Amino acid sequence: MHSLRVLRAFLTVGVLNIVQYRSDFVIALANAGVSLVTQVLGLSVIFTNTADLRGWTADDLLVLIGIHFFISGLVGLVIRPSMEALMEGIRLGTFDFLLTKPADSQLLASSQVVAPQAATDVVVGAGVVAYAVSRTGLTLDASALALFLLTLAAGFTTVYCFLLLLSTMAFWFVKLDNILVIFQALFGNAGRWPVTIFPGWMRPVLTFVVPIAFAVTVPAQALTGQLTLRGALLSVAVAVGFLVASRAFWLVALRRYTGASA
Amino acid sequence: MSAGDPLPVREHDRPGPPPARPAFGSFSPAALGLYYRRQFASALAANLAYRGAVAIWVVTSVIQPLVFIVVWRTVAGSGSTGGYSADQFVAYFLVMMVVDHLTFIWHMWEFEYRIRTGAFSPLLLRPVHPIHNDVCENVSYKLVGLVGILPAAVVLAVVFDADLSGTTPAAVLAFLPAVLLAMVLRFVVEWCVALSAFWLTKVSAMNMVFFSLFTFLGGQFAPLSVLPAWMQTVAAWTPFPWTLAFPVEVLLGRRTGGELLLGYGAQLVWVVVALLVLKLLWRRATRRYSAVGA
Repeated sequence: MHSLRVLRAFLTVGVLNIVQYRSDFVIALANAGVSLVTQVLGLSVIFTNTADLRGWTADDLLVLIGIHFFISGLVGLVIRPSMEALMEGIRLGTFDFLLTKPADSQLLASSQVVAPQAATDVVVGAGVVAYAVSRTGLTLDASALALFLLTLAAGFTTVYCFLLLLSTMAFWFVKLDNILVIFQALFGNAGRWPVTIFPGWMRPVLTFVVPIAFAVTVPAQALTGQLTLRGALLSVAVAVGFLVASRAFWLVALRRYTGASA
Repeated sequence: MSAGDPLPVREHDRPGPPPARPAFGSFSPAALGLYYRRQFASALAANLAYRGAVAIWVVTSVIQPLVFIVVWRTVAGSGSTGGYSADQFVAYFLVMMVVDHLTFIWHMWEFEYRIRTGAFSPLLLRPVHPIHNDVCENVSYKLVGLVGILPAAVVLAVVFDADLSGTTPAAVLAFLPAVLLAMVLRFVVEWCVALSAFWLTKVSAMNMVFFSLFTFLGGQFAPLSVLPAWMQTVAAWTPFPWTLAFPVEVLLGRRTGGELLLGYGAQLVWVVVALLVLKLLWRRATRRYSAVGA
């Protein structure tokens, strides 16, 4: 398929970049290690003071931290650097070049930059999830695993579409990088904790306005046996909704785009 | 100039002894005072011009304390943890947010850029120590940001029903010198850390280590009394708690009498130590520095 070939070409270029900047990779690994130690230390402080955090045990939260690592690694790998390049391209007018290429513009815009050092977060995240699940002592049957993968894919899709929606606004408002900074701060801080501990008025915000609940909490619930079928279906429905909305918004924005020189 | 003319020789390209280094610190206090007034005014104008960026920073710096409030309120429930009830946790983290804003500096990220791109060279050429420039930028930024942080703290205090019953007028009075010393201490300590960019090309990993130490030992993640005993002991012998947790606890009325004096003393000692380290590091760093293209 043409789109997949394009995607593969971009990823290959990104991987080639690792070979050029190997020390970045080591630094990324060190950063991931420090961040992981910090979070585990935080958990240990909390759980010396309490047995569970509104129904979440220490091992459950470790699963959640692993998923957070994994998702933020995936976002940092392609989505975030590409969105930054997209906004910069719209500002500078270089977005014109992207439009002239014979492939879907949304695909090109979403995969134009690969930051391979974020792959360390993906690997660390997967490792933490596997370790934490083995600690919870829950046996995962095929259906639970399928539910986890489904909600993980849905959550990632939702976050991607959300970031695309934000970045697409750059067609109207030129300087938007800071919006991504706010998302990053929300995802980096609030995303590390289960949405269920937040007070009632904040939960809808973290679920639908800035959809970090579906990206992290829901897959973690799937792995720790707390997810209802209703929750899983809702996650998929939201992902589909965001997918349709962001695609439509992208097409509207493109129609409005006049280029840098026009 | 026609093609045949020899290129003019710039002053510092001439062979001979190198020009004398600018004598930092040999200013009359009046001259330095004038420099501060002017530099501060210009930094303030720049921050007011980019108030949008400051507003974004304020929004992002509210998020972390908000999340910690939620987490620790959940832990405390209706009882108390480490001597803090749920409402006292709220007060702790809101005061911490304000103190963190008043004390933070960003130069550990800026120095890497300054040195890698050579942007540091013009600052070094000025006949005044670059730290004065950074102090002015930093203080003016905090002043502009305070316009957002203070109302945010008040709103959150009302929404989450913060328990500020320990904050007496005496506590406020004791808080002022504590927070001033904390500002100086954190500035000098982190400026020292920033100087490591002279030796390391990439400082992000070291910054992360520094900040995770800060998060726990400074009391940002939780009040020190909640931490395990060994962590409290370690913390007391580092500068971290004296830059954050101490002023916060003073304002909450949790440190009085002898503890208060001990705290001021620790702050003063650390400021002196940090200044000595700064002086030593700075001498070695500038000797090592060679700008891009030099």
